[in-house]
Amino acid sequence: MTGSMTGPTEPLDCRGQRCPLPVIALARRLPELPVGAVLRVLADDPAAANDIRAWCRMRGQEFAGSPAPDAYEVRRTR
Amino acid sequence: MAEYRIGAGAGGLGRPVPYRRMVSSAQPAVYFDAAAGAPLHPVARQALAAALEDGWADPAKLYAPARRARQLLDAARAAVAETLRVREDEVYFTGSGTAAVQAALGGVTGADRAVWVHSAIEHSVVLHAADRHRADGGETVPVPVDRLGRVDLAAWRAAVHRPGVGLAALLSASHEVGTVQPAAAAAAACAEAGVPLLVDAAQSIGRVPVPAGWSILIGSARKWGGPSGVGVLVVRKGVPWSPPEPLPGGQPGLPAVVAAAAALRAAAGEAPAEAARLAPLVDRIRATVAATVPDVEVVGDPTDRLPHLVTFSCLYLDGEALLHALDRRGFAVSSGSSCTSSTLRPSHVLEAMGVLSHGNVRVSLHRESTGEQVDRFLAELPGLVAGLRAEAGV
Repeated sequence: MTGSMTGPTEPLDCRGQRCPLPVIALARRLPELPVGAVLRVLADDPAAANDIRAWCRMRGQEFAGSPAPDAYEVRRTR
Repeated sequence: MAEYRIGAGAGGLGRPVPYRRMVSSAQPAVYFDAAAGAPLHPVARQALAAALEDGWADPAKLYAPARRARQLLDAARAAVAETLRVREDEVYFTGSGTAAVQAALGGVTGADRAVWVHSAIEHSVVLHAADRHRADGGETVPVPVDRLGRVDLAAWRAAVHRPGVGLAALLSASHEVGTVQPAAAAAAACAEAGVPLLVDAAQSIGRVPVPAGWSILIGSARKWGGPSGVGVLVVRKGVPWSPPEPLPGGQPGLPAVVAAAAALRAAAGEAPAEAARLAPLVDRIRATVAATVPDVEVVGDPTDRLPHLVTFSCLYLDGEALLHALDRRGFAVSSGSSCTSSTLRPSHVLEAMGVLSHGNVRVSLHRESTGEQVDRFLAELPGLVAGLRAEAGV
């Protein structure tokens, strides 16, 4: 964990995209951020809420919550 | 290798075309979607032909051909009752499994005023009925399932003991992920609370023993190798239920009922041997897919499951694209991914379990499925998944 990099970065806007595209975008973007950083994903596909959580579980990343409708936060943990 | 005759095709109106000729692959077609509908059992085919010849009259009329039709109907009812170990007068035939559920829910005394309890992973027919119940001012209590798709028994017990509950619904095993439910314990809780329990056993009847303790049982003939268009509803004596008038979906045709009963008796007789043959094939799929396909989640209970059904989800894949790729290679499978549903919503079952819903494939085997077919599927799958991922740039 890097203490200075725990705030949200620029959101990843995947609104209008069908699953699995938001999950693919998340998987591409997150490794570009430092460990500890939080990425906010905006996605309105009905499967996004479930599949972003499932991706975090499968890839060992942290699902940090849904602060607003169609918004999901993921923390890079490794 | 069987050829599934599925209707008129290029050969001209009314001339059946073997399924294998309808796929572009040089390989014969492999049908892995028994959970949607198993191929017609040969015994059902014979019974259907005989009953079309002999059972065309209205069994309610008072002349010789009608009496013959009546005898066939009575024999079919007796065969179903014997196989399910119930009384003949507890068995009703409906126009489909869906109609059986609707008749079950519509006939329970006072159900319109009662609270309904159901698992979160019931068949959509039950969930749609629950939606209507709420729209009419009723109350429903969905009970969650765990990651393996097993109903939360503590929550179930608490829910059925709530005041005002008049009906509980729990499927015997999930048609989407194969997990067998703890039905005996769930039924015991219902018995304690005095709540009638509706068990949708569509995926269990004719394959595995039906759990005890239910009040109303639902089945669908095409799942056990009978013809489509026949549902079975069994209501135990003493359950506060009367048949809705008219029966939703109407009465099924007599020849189809005769064929359904013949198929059920045959399937139930073969079930122990078939389960012993298919369960290791499903184990092989579960182990091989997990080992050979990267980023895959094999879903459902690995041991407490139906013998013939397995579901897995491949990360980053569009379920529809995977189904089409498999179809082009001659494999007919199903998917719970949102892109394959008419509503564009992911499967409520996968969602309730919290497992990946995109890139989802359900494989369900039947009496004509072979180890060679399974091996060919397993040999082709990793390459198809890798190809689609490469196209998507992942």
